[in-house]
Amino acid sequence: MSQGNMNLTLKVWKQKNKNEKGRFETFDAKGISPDMSFLEMFDVVNERLISSGKEPIAFDHDCREGICGMCSMYINGRPHGPKQGVTTCQLHMRSFKDGDTIVVEPWRSAAFPVIKDLAVNRSSFDRIIASGGFVSVNTGNAKDANNILIPKHDADDAFNAAACIGCGACVAACKNSSAMLFVSAKVSQLALLPQGQFEKKERVLNMVKQMDEEGFGNCTNTGACEAECPKSISLENIARMNREYLKASFS
Amino acid sequence: MASSSKLNAKIPEGTLEQKWTKYRSNVHLVNPANKRSLEIIVVGSGLAGSSAAASLAEMGYKVKVFCFQDSPRRAHSIAAQGGINAAKNYQNDGDSVYRLFYDTIKGGDYRAREANVHRLAEISGSIIDQCGAQGVPFAREYGGTLSNRSFGGTQVQRTFYAAGQTGQQLLLGAYSALQRQIGMGAVKLFARHEMMEVVKIDGKARGIIARDLITGKLERHFGHAVLLCTGGYGNVFYLSTNAMGCNVTAAWKAHKNGAFFGNPCYTQIHPTCIPVSGDHQSKLTLMSESLRNDGRIWTSKIQNDARKPNDIPDEERDYFLERRYPAFGNLVPRDVASRAAKERCDAGFGSGASKMAVYLDFAANTERYGKIETTKHNLHNPSKEEIIRLGKAVIKEKYGNLFDMYKQITGEDPYEVPMRIYPAVHYTMGGLWVDYNLMTTVPGLFALGEANFSDHGANRLGASALMQGLADGYFVIPYTIGDYLSEEIRTKTISTDNEAFLIAEAKVQDHIHKLMNIKGSKPVDHFHKRLGKIMWEKCGMARNKEGLNWAISEITSLRKEFWSDVCVPGEANEFNPELEKASRVADFLELGELMCIDALDRKESCGGHFREEYQTEEGEALRDDKNYAYVAAWEYKNESDFKLHKEELNYENIKIAQRSYK
Repeated sequence: MSQGNMNLTLKVWKQKNKNEKGRFETFDAKGISPDMSFLEMFDVVNERLISSGKEPIAFDHDCREGICGMCSMYINGRPHGPKQGVTTCQLHMRSFKDGDTIVVEPWRSAAFPVIKDLAVNRSSFDRIIASGGFVSVNTGNAKDANNILIPKHDADDAFNAAACIGCGACVAACKNSSAMLFVSAKVSQLALLPQGQFEKKERVLNMVKQMDEEGFGNCTNTGACEAECPKSISLENIARMNREYLKASFS
Repeated sequence: MASSSKLNAKIPEGTLEQKWTKYRSNVHLVNPANKRSLEIIVVGSGLAGSSAAASLAEMGYKVKVFCFQDSPRRAHSIAAQGGINAAKNYQNDGDSVYRLFYDTIKGGDYRAREANVHRLAEISGSIIDQCGAQGVPFAREYGGTLSNRSFGGTQVQRTFYAAGQTGQQLLLGAYSALQRQIGMGAVKLFARHEMMEVVKIDGKARGIIARDLITGKLERHFGHAVLLCTGGYGNVFYLSTNAMGCNVTAAWKAHKNGAFFGNPCYTQIHPTCIPVSGDHQSKLTLMSESLRNDGRIWTSKIQNDARKPNDIPDEERDYFLERRYPAFGNLVPRDVASRAAKERCDAGFGSGASKMAVYLDFAANTERYGKIETTKHNLHNPSKEEIIRLGKAVIKEKYGNLFDMYKQITGEDPYEVPMRIYPAVHYTMGGLWVDYNLMTTVPGLFALGEANFSDHGANRLGASALMQGLADGYFVIPYTIGDYLSEEIRTKTISTDNEAFLIAEAKVQDHIHKLMNIKGSKPVDHFHKRLGKIMWEKCGMARNKEGLNWAISEITSLRKEFWSDVCVPGEANEFNPELEKASRVADFLELGELMCIDALDRKESCGGHFREEYQTEEGEALRDDKNYAYVAAWEYKNESDFKLHKEELNYENIKIAQRSYK
């Protein structure tokens, strides 16, 4: 294991499963290199725990290049840690100082129950997409792609909304655990494109209904979600969704 | 050479252009009422799995989808950056189905099946149409039409893209189609489930044993057919561009149950990745091939040059790809580019602390774009700073997220200094052997996407993985599965209390019990890293007989050590990521040996497989078409005992030739 010169103290949320109560435990992270990613630092800590006969800290991760949305740590009071526009897997230890104490918790939301330690269940997001986050087009029905012309500006806006990785940082950042940024990103992407027009009314009504049923809280336009979003999804999407919702409700 | 009697590729009769059309008109169908009582298991939810599951459910089949991630949207297809190929010829630059077919066969170094590749090229356009209709936000021109760019190994612009996030947008398209079917009750989703075993009854695949990763409980699931869409096995190298969870387990269990493994040694080493920075490294990050559209690759002409890249004047730089391959330049295929970079670094021209890196430089094209912008905006006598500023804005629009990612990982700003890159394991062309129907040698067991061996020969061209994954899922399996299921309409749902299910479950239980009770001294990663090092050094970018023999004996003893000294903490009946890893690494420790055996058997160089003993005077791969124009399909007999079956490759439409990009 490569050695670095950073010595850190971790205060990590440990919880055996969703039914048992959790608590903070303290771990030493010695000899950490500033070039390590935050998750590689956890790898080092876990490897040492296992080698000394202790149980490692459970956490979610997969692609480690900031796109799959699986990693989900709440670091020093901020989802994905102190840097803007990055996920935990892309956060590097050079963003911390030798001697720091770092507090790491899971996403906190009634709609994201803890599975173990830092891993949570985000299947509520999948159910919201299943309620309307699609264009109803079966395979084989499509006409030539260039028959649908889309102004570049609209295509770019739709792309920016579609950049959401579904990590749930917006929910974790929100004092009400609102999922408005996530839901509005999908509603916006499809509302901006001609392909999404036929179902736009049902889509926004169904997705908002499902969001409420999952136990996410209300939006109070604080903007913490936008500030903490690793993909910088804009609050404008929430405004757009509110307009779509009002239009759909009154027509 | 004749093909083994155990391998029937079932390639339809007729001319190349007519095979697929005729096949679709003649293939047996399953009527809608019967579809409703046929159950299909799909393992894996990437491009191939999600598109197959959604399409089959739309047709009326009952589908179950399994993925080990917490959501189907997280499958590693999401990380594909650059784009997806399609022979649309929107750019009016001479593209055609034939040309995409030809480029793919040639790019694969004449080791792929003609009929499969032609079908892929024929389907390519429909994929773009389907994704467009789903609302996938592809890049567009100001006139509203779709935009294209170039990728390696081709001379036309046929790559469709969504900035550097093409895989993400295509997967989210397939995922929303899948979620729509889940919402309608046509698909049942099992997230955080890992397939642990295939269940066979009377020689046919009839289901799987899956482990619920949250509770650790084993589950028995029946299906009239099982589709493995479980991706590649690049993580056998430990360090790769794959996600941490990517694994060979499903494919390997299938292999041990009778599915032959095709061309396991064909591995793609991608030329443009961020170099390794230390022993702590857990994965490597790709910098998309699309960057080679505008980035020039070079080293200093002086060995061990300690100067900073911006201090090395142009005449002292060796643009080695442009020098060696003037016709394709920086856009040669991946295997060629990787070997050329390795050759320069091995010869002492590399840069960075380890000297194992070459430069990827955007300065020249930043200036070129800046000048175009000044003309567009009618700016007269612009300053150099103004030109560079405008040029950087163009580069940012094309590759912004990649540049940000590079800066985040390395701490260096690629807008100011050239990127440093080095090849890394990226994709595996090998995989489960399948026939034209995508069925393995086990009836009822299919393999789609990267999990099969079929379309890329010995080297995959950039932007073709997304094409193949979606082709298999949206447009191939919906037809070809009918050929099998039309014979199964009389098979009633089999109870999962059937003896075959109980035996398979007990086997998995025993496997887990063994892993939990070794209680050794070393974590799983310790063994995985050691395996990766053996594979990278001896079965990586360059291979030779001596090294491969050494690797085989090392892997065998490492496997023994693993089974006596691995430490898996925690319990089996709970969320236990270390147990998941241990089970996957156990399979990698067997696969690694087969890869070396295959590499040893293939006494030629082709595509990603470079045997040092077989090269031209100029250091290019030297194929042996007389003796090795075959697919190596390996049958599992016993531990360390594999039997080779050969499928002869016949080229009736392409003149097989030494590959040249000069």
